[in-house]
Amino acid sequence: MSNINEVTGRIFDIQRYSIHDGPGIRTIVFMKGCPLRCKWCCNPEGQKHDIQEMNFAGRNKIVGRDVTVSEVMEEIMQDLPYYRRSGGGITLSGGECLFQPKFGLALLEAAKNAGLSTAIETTGFSTWEIYRSYLTLTDHVLMDIKNINNEKHMHFCGQSNERILENARRAAEEHSDITIRVPVIPGFNDTEKEISDIAFFAKSLRGVKKLNLLPYHRLGMDKYSALGRKYELADLPLIEEEKMYRLLAAAEKSGLDCKIGG
Amino acid sequence: MAEFENDEIKMTDRVKGLIDNLFAEMPQIEADRAVLVTESYMATENLPIIKRRALAFCHILENIPITIRDEELIVGSSTKKPRSCQVFPEYSFEWLEDELDTVAERSADPFYISEENKEILRGVFPYWRGKTNSDLALSYMAPETLCAMKHNVFTPGNYFYNGIGHITVDYKKILQKGFKGLMREAAEELESCKVYMPEYSKKHEFLESVIVCADAAVKYAKRYSSLAREMAEKTSDGRRKQELLRISDICARVPENGAENFYEACQSFWFIQMLLQIESSGHSISPGRFDQYMYPFYKADIDAGRITPEFAQELIDCIWVKFNDLNKVRDAASAEGFAGYSLFQNLCAGGQTRDGRDATNDLSYMCIRASMHTQLPAPSFSVRVWNGTPNEFMLKAAELTRTGVGLPAYYNDEIIIPSMMNRGITLEEARDYNIIGCVEPQISAKTDGWHDAAFFNMCRPVELVFSNGVEDGETVGLKTGELSEFSTFDEFFDAYKKQMSYEIGLMVNADNAIDVAHSERCPLPFQSSMVDDCIKRGKSIQEGGAVYNFTGPQGFGIANMTDALYAIKKLVYEDKKYSLYDFKSAMDCNFGEPFSPVAAQAATAKTANHLAAQGKTLSEKDIEDIFRTFLNGLCGPEEKARFAKMKEDIEGLPKYGNDIPEIDLFAREIAYTYTKEVEKYKNPRGGQYQAGLYPVSANVPLGQQTGATPDARLASTPIADGVGPCSGRDVKGPTAAANSVAKLDHGIASNGTLYNQKFHPSALRGQTGLQNFAAYIRAFFDQKGMHMQFNVVSRETLIDAQNHPEKYKSLVVRVAGYSALFTTLSRSLQDDIINRTEQAFNR
Repeated sequence: MSNINEVTGRIFDIQRYSIHDGPGIRTIVFMKGCPLRCKWCCNPEGQKHDIQEMNFAGRNKIVGRDVTVSEVMEEIMQDLPYYRRSGGGITLSGGECLFQPKFGLALLEAAKNAGLSTAIETTGFSTWEIYRSYLTLTDHVLMDIKNINNEKHMHFCGQSNERILENARRAAEEHSDITIRVPVIPGFNDTEKEISDIAFFAKSLRGVKKLNLLPYHRLGMDKYSALGRKYELADLPLIEEEKMYRLLAAAEKSGLDCKIGG
Repeated sequence: MAEFENDEIKMTDRVKGLIDNLFAEMPQIEADRAVLVTESYMATENLPIIKRRALAFCHILENIPITIRDEELIVGSSTKKPRSCQVFPEYSFEWLEDELDTVAERSADPFYISEENKEILRGVFPYWRGKTNSDLALSYMAPETLCAMKHNVFTPGNYFYNGIGHITVDYKKILQKGFKGLMREAAEELESCKVYMPEYSKKHEFLESVIVCADAAVKYAKRYSSLAREMAEKTSDGRRKQELLRISDICARVPENGAENFYEACQSFWFIQMLLQIESSGHSISPGRFDQYMYPFYKADIDAGRITPEFAQELIDCIWVKFNDLNKVRDAASAEGFAGYSLFQNLCAGGQTRDGRDATNDLSYMCIRASMHTQLPAPSFSVRVWNGTPNEFMLKAAELTRTGVGLPAYYNDEIIIPSMMNRGITLEEARDYNIIGCVEPQISAKTDGWHDAAFFNMCRPVELVFSNGVEDGETVGLKTGELSEFSTFDEFFDAYKKQMSYEIGLMVNADNAIDVAHSERCPLPFQSSMVDDCIKRGKSIQEGGAVYNFTGPQGFGIANMTDALYAIKKLVYEDKKYSLYDFKSAMDCNFGEPFSPVAAQAATAKTANHLAAQGKTLSEKDIEDIFRTFLNGLCGPEEKARFAKMKEDIEGLPKYGNDIPEIDLFAREIAYTYTKEVEKYKNPRGGQYQAGLYPVSANVPLGQQTGATPDARLASTPIADGVGPCSGRDVKGPTAAANSVAKLDHGIASNGTLYNQKFHPSALRGQTGLQNFAAYIRAFFDQKGMHMQFNVVSRETLIDAQNHPEKYKSLVVRVAGYSALFTTLSRSLQDDIINRTEQAFNR
């Protein structure tokens, strides 16, 4: 077997002191490349696997770099004292972390070997074999389910949700710590019915204990123009707090432990 | 795990009313003490100084007006109006004489003073001319020291103008034995001191003075007893009558006798605390481990069913309000450095017992709750954290942090205890440490720490290397050589170290001069009576009576100097992209940027002096022209572009605060140039110097007096605060910044280090937010960081408060080792706080 430390992959950011993506204080590795094209995506620079150039107010910035597992681990381990005290660790995100399985799995294995808690944040869009291999190395799974309605899902995310829902079912049979996350997007899934459908679906899965509703935000908007792309949702309003609480109440009817925010 | 009494207790209406009264009016300067001390001094000119001090204290306490404010349960005020102050002309008065007409209008800590009081003060000041503590201190300083002070390399202004304070006395002894017990102890010592002994003359004068002071304190309390009784007789409110009668009974018993219950202990405590601050104008008189020495009284009352937790909490809340009733007027420059009307009365909870067990008790929680209730800047509330600190306690403390009041500050036992042992303190005593003032650890009732002895600006030595020790035609530093002579970075760095060590020597001279002056002009018999071993040795603290003696001057600017020296190392010596001369001209021209009005003014004055020294006469218009030139920037477009490029190159380099080992270890080395140098020196009380690393709020005013630095910091802008990174230069989040800070050697900076952090409120949301926050502190402490404190308030809120101060009268923020009302701070300090890097979350 080749040395996992030498495996390379492509990432676009490493963010330390993340406290909303899994338990405790964590470091998130953002992997580059994603099969989905969600219109609201706040990390559009993570969608393409290619290394890209972004232009912020006249300044160019290269996004994406190829790194080895050991390089990433070196940075991850700098926050070891914080993981120890908080029960935190590493979270793989993206882009889509299932999209670079060789690298993703090697990184999770290296983190496990170092005694860290591991988490993935995923769309669940991959072959079941790949997803399954991740689950064996992951303590906490944060999985997005954006809509039960496939047509809408196709239109807003650029892919069918069939595989995602199927993977969610199978994952829940094999893993006992899955949190379902729902980005709540106006006009896409911000009705009580749509949220409730997701919540009841999630409730039907054995390994799912929690559901997080993540209110839509526009923090990624500037990145679209930096990439020379148009942000299609520019006119979308934010969701009022009072409405979020209504949706929360709808989700809670499923009996899951639900909250707003990660 | 221990069980704690932890149900929610609400703040009472009384406490709320007391707080409202506190802020009803602007603080005032009152003249009574100044008159009384002058009368007494005039009548005692032929007596030994220690006796004169005691008699003056006694004369003041017999005659100063006393007052019991509406609804108070704990009484004892040094001024008629809340939050007002008295004057201490024996220390220094010229600054106040000059500022009498402007003190009400100044930007930092203004005080109202009536025309009548101005006249009274103008009447007493002439007596003191040439007789003050600062006059004597000045006469002991070497000429080169005065020159360095004039050029703002360091400033010992604090003790130069005021009393020393910075002490924790033996509250426990007085609470238990009363002043009666103390007088007995002094009398016994007096008895054993025979007339033929060599120490007799001084010792018996000292011990007699101790007795005079203790007796004066008892009588002062009895004045309150009578006043309360009179007020009770006059009031028609039956409830208040009962309260006043109880106050009267208590003040008749304590602090003369040992306290018999918690209420008496609270009142006795308060008399000690306030009287210390009538004796001298020293600030940072710190209550220390209040939760420890008050606990036996609380426990006994609770066990006997004599008190409810609710009433005990109300009493504690009342004490918290009283801390804020005391005040002090400083000279305008010092007020900038200690902005926010703070007296730095540091009170500590939690930590370990002398035998190494966890010390957290119910009162520790009640202290947190009192700060939660009152939301006031005082006391400067600290919690001690060690590996055995209950998580529950950390979470309660974090809840207080979350309110945004800037309290508590967190201290790490696991580094402070060994650092104190390294200074010759035993393990048991080290476990019993408390915090003084901002961040300074010491052993209560045994230490004269002279913490806060001077501010040393670590940026100035680099300027002196560039100027070869000469500024405005005056020799301020060493001749370390022309820039062309430094052929390697090590040679340059050596020159920095030489300038540093030379200036530190001068600072020691200044501190020692002031130290001697205090022992000769302002020994403090009352304060000394409650610190070991003054009574046994028969001498005051100021003459070396304390068991442990230190002098702790604090350096600041590590972050700037790390980034600056690294820039030189990299760009001049490794990449050879720029020469030292390029740096010099860029710094002289403020990197091509216009000077701020303050900087332009300072630069104009310098230039004018320089030209005048060369015999040139300047018209008003010439001066105006020079000022304009500075304001508009000194260079043409070509140079400007060159400097801008250079600035960009410097800014592009790796910076302290981002968890880059090479840079952080360099910062550690730079900190050593200060800390290891300082600890070589001895003070006149027989103690050692020990360094602190923190600026209080002086990084702003002293930054104004510092030119542009090689890290591309512009002239007159603030220097980095505490041991933290420069504002905005740490970009990898709070863990990376804390890791950098933890790489400094905090253990050697045993006079304290200070690390400010600013968090967005969202970071502490919910129970998980609190858990992660507590874990964050513990992980910093695992790496031997010493101290951490937080502002939890959003940038938007602070900016809104600047624009609408009327809406934010009670907004308390963390400044340095203390909290203050945001709207009372000067604009530049407000900006500094707003610009501190905010640790938020990108999602």
